[in-house]
Amino acid sequence: MECSFAITGKGYVIVAADTTAAHSIIKVKLDEDKIKTLSPHLLMAYSGEPGDTVQFAEYIERNIRLYQIRNTYPLRPSSAASWIRRALADSLRSRKPYSVNLLLGGYDTSTYTPHLYWIDYLGTLTEVPFGAHGYGSYFALSLLDRYHDPEASLEEGLATLKRCIDEVSKRLLVAPGRYKVKVVDKDGVREVEI
Amino acid sequence: MARRYDSRTTIFSPEGRLYQIEYAMEAISHAGTVLGVLAKDGIVLAAEKKVTGKLLDLSSVKEGGYGGSGEKIFLLNSNVVAGVAGITADANSLVNFARQAAQRHLYLYNEDIPVELLAQRLCDMKQGYTQYGGLRPFGVSLLYAGYDPHYNFQLYHSDPSGNYSGWKATCIGANNGTATSLLKQEYKDDITIEEAIKLVLSVMSKTMDSTTLGSEKLEFATLTLDPTTKKPKAKIYRPSEVDELLQEQGLAKKEEDDKSA
Repeated sequence: MECSFAITGKGYVIVAADTTAAHSIIKVKLDEDKIKTLSPHLLMAYSGEPGDTVQFAEYIERNIRLYQIRNTYPLRPSSAASWIRRALADSLRSRKPYSVNLLLGGYDTSTYTPHLYWIDYLGTLTEVPFGAHGYGSYFALSLLDRYHDPEASLEEGLATLKRCIDEVSKRLLVAPGRYKVKVVDKDGVREVEI
Repeated sequence: MARRYDSRTTIFSPEGRLYQIEYAMEAISHAGTVLGVLAKDGIVLAAEKKVTGKLLDLSSVKEGGYGGSGEKIFLLNSNVVAGVAGITADANSLVNFARQAAQRHLYLYNEDIPVELLAQRLCDMKQGYTQYGGLRPFGVSLLYAGYDPHYNFQLYHSDPSGNYSGWKATCIGANNGTATSLLKQEYKDDITIEEAIKLVLSVMSKTMDSTTLGSEKLEFATLTLDPTTKKPKAKIYRPSEVDELLQEQGLAKKEEDDKSA
């Protein structure tokens, strides 16, 4: 089943999501990228109802891009998070709401700080030092309570993430096989291997 | 037939000019002076009030409100103060629009509107009135003094045509030529807010018609960062505070002058 994790550290945010595309009880694809790059310093991992996820993520991606083109500079992570929350909250109150959960990680280039936001399909928005969605969160959150360090280097952060992924693989009956991991820091967005 | 191209804002003259816009700008150059200076740790705005007189009832502005007398300097948002020159009625309508635009941004993005964006919003509206028929342009120029995390302190100027530009120090209204050349001579990069206040007051005292400065002729505001919260803090001086400031700077009316007058 779908899992996504994200953790902040010293000047970076790591976002990880599984790469399984499922249909009913069947795995139909094993290399699906569920983390979108919204702007040069903003990442969004999405999960939830298949179809809704991609549709909503593309809507967000294009609107964030439009803002950047119109106003010459991109939205800061906190503003982007507020706008995305509003989009979900408006959707929730429509005839057919999007059922999408998000983790939004970004690096604020004007204050030089990393930010991570946990957003669910009900339009809940919270800024967190680490976060997770899906069944994996039951294992990951307790591990992160114990091992998360906001001052950790990227290597230490990736090691902590590896712990979460390994624990989920070991204990969760329906654990996903592979993950995609992306990092955002002062230099922008890049994919890393774990 | 001479007035053929004057009467409609939307029509170019054969020389390729829009007369109504030029007339609007002319109206502004008769309005009270507004001066803005950008410092490294803040911005200073000063404005000359034209509507004065012994019989004008100022009792409502002495205590209430957020400072100033509400003629020339307005708070547009918690991070932007504006000085206006031109037709006051037009200015009030633009100030109202700006405040709504700022609140709309706050509602959508949960952040103070970036200063340039606010200037753009107003300029889009001003430009519209130079193009759509049957309407007169806004006879107002504005100076925006603001702060945002993108570019820190910023000073913008916008005119009736809908053009805007960023400045280190600038002036609009009557005698703006004299004031600008004075600013050019005196302005230095990296000046502090205290030096900027001195500079603004000295330029104001040289360009205003009256020989002595006082709160009945002057509006004054600063925008700085609050040292504890690191949030922008706008201060529009109350009349008593303006007099106090002038006293400190040694530019206030002398007691003897009062008696002889």
